[in-house]
Amino acid sequence: MRAFETPLSRAKGLGSAKNGFHHWWQQRITAVVLVPLMLWLGFGIALQAGADLESARAWVAHPVNATLLVTSIIILFYHGAIGVQVVIEDYVHTEGLKAAGILLVHFACFLVAVAGILAVIRIALGS
Amino acid sequence: MRNPNRPLSPHLTVYRMHQLTSLLSVVHRGTGVFITIAALLLVGWLMAMAAGAEAYATFNAIAGHWFGQLVLLGVTFSVAYHLCNGIRHLVWDTGRGFELSAVYRGGYIVVAVSILLTILVWVVAYAGRF
Repeated sequence: MRAFETPLSRAKGLGSAKNGFHHWWQQRITAVVLVPLMLWLGFGIALQAGADLESARAWVAHPVNATLLVTSIIILFYHGAIGVQVVIEDYVHTEGLKAAGILLVHFACFLVAVAGILAVIRIALGS
Repeated sequence: MRNPNRPLSPHLTVYRMHQLTSLLSVVHRGTGVFITIAALLLVGWLMAMAAGAEAYATFNAIAGHWFGQLVLLGVTFSVAYHLCNGIRHLVWDTGRGFELSAVYRGGYIVVAVSILLTILVWVVAYAGRF
């Protein structure tokens, strides 16, 4: 990924010593993957809108859908967490508040993602 | 070494909001933050489904209420817009499409396609019920 840096910065091997470039790259990789995933999810959920419990559960429990749902949840919340982090970094200028905000966003996204994945697993296992 | 006078990201107040380009950029961030929060609804839907008939019925009642539908319409448009404009950003990342005319053309295409996508998703959602 160092190919994306300028020759000078590559030679110096320095940088801001933070994770800016890594996040920038991750943001784009997840964005590309999310394009087909969100199109699938959007129309998939639309087809289940107002469905009865049995058919909605059957849709989620289908191996292909369960796999894509868990994948979508992981990538969606990761993309969201690093995206909101950039917004916080741009607009919150108090160091402590900024760090606390970023930590909170990452933790909240992680927690909600785990809850979502667990729900898919419970449905898939039929409990 | 801290320099409190270092340049910061341009804040919202420096832009003229009736300018399509900056408006679309701000909306991209706004929809991004909104989608991250709205993703709670996806997890809520799955959790209600896992919990059982009662919780699922409650979720459907809230989602089916006119206000719930309005929020979901906003979520649909936000996802459609963020997705389309995200592709526009990915094209820019390759170093292409920076001519002013291309920036505006892309902006209009993004708005049009995201409205069409939103309509399409809702047609599918309502067509499935009948």
